[in-house]
Amino acid sequence: MSDASTGNGANGAQSMSIIVTKGTLDWAYPPFILSTTAAAMGLDVTMFFTFYGLPLLLKDLDLKLSSLGNPAMKMPMAGGHMGMPNIVSALPGVDRAASKMMKNLMKKKGVASIQDLRELAVEADVRLIACQMTMDLFEYGLEDMIEGPELGGAATYIEVATQSDINLFI
Amino acid sequence: MADKVLDAKGLNCPLPILKAKKALKDVDTGGTLEIFATDPGAVADFQAFCRTTGNELVEHSVEDDIYRFIIRKAA
Repeated sequence: MSDASTGNGANGAQSMSIIVTKGTLDWAYPPFILSTTAAAMGLDVTMFFTFYGLPLLLKDLDLKLSSLGNPAMKMPMAGGHMGMPNIVSALPGVDRAASKMMKNLMKKKGVASIQDLRELAVEADVRLIACQMTMDLFEYGLEDMIEGPELGGAATYIEVATQSDINLFI
Repeated sequence: MADKVLDAKGLNCPLPILKAKKALKDVDTGGTLEIFATDPGAVADFQAFCRTTGNELVEHSVEDDIYRFIIRKAA
C-alpha cells in the first residue's frame, strides 16, 4: 500500500492542517484547493479559519479581490498583461469590476468556484474549525456560517498541528 | 474497455483529481477508470495522486491536446 498508512492522523492516515487567514477571492483558492486535493489523496485534513479567513465560512459568499497594492496582479488582455496603477485601483467600483473580471476569467478557464470547492471540502469530511476569538471580534455567530464548522481556539489548533504531518499557514 | 469513464475536459486544477477521486468510488477494487482531460498539469498530478493513494496509473497518453489516463483502483 502507499505511505498513506504511515501518517500521524486518525487511523494512521497522513494528515494536514491549514491556518486560513485571508478571505479575498484570490487568496481563498490555495487553502481550498490544497484541502480538497489532500482529502482526495486520503489525508485527514483540518482547516482553521481565523481573522479575514473566517468569512470564507459564511453562508453567503461575496468574494472580492483588490488590485490595490498588488503589482503582481496582471490580467491577460489583448495578447498582453495589464496591471492597474494604485491611483486607479483606489477608485470606487474598481475592486468590484476587477473581481467580476477575475470570476469571469476563472469560469472561462474551468477553475472551480470557491463555493464548489468549499462544498467538496465539506463532502470530503475536511474538519473545519472557526476561530472563536475572531467570531467574537467581528461579531459572527455559527448561525451565519454553513453547516459543519466547529468552534475552537489556539489550543485546539495546536493540538491538531502536533498530530499533523503537514501544517500550512495561508 | 474501462469500467468507468470520466470526462474532465475543460476543467482546471484541482477538479480533474477531485472528480476522479469521486468516480473511483463507483469502481470496484481492481477495476479501471478512464479519464479524459485537457489540463496539462493533470499528467504530473495523476502520477502523484496514484503514488500517494496506491492506485495504479496503468497508462497515460496524449492525442490532439487531450490527455487520457487509465487508473486501476487499489484495495
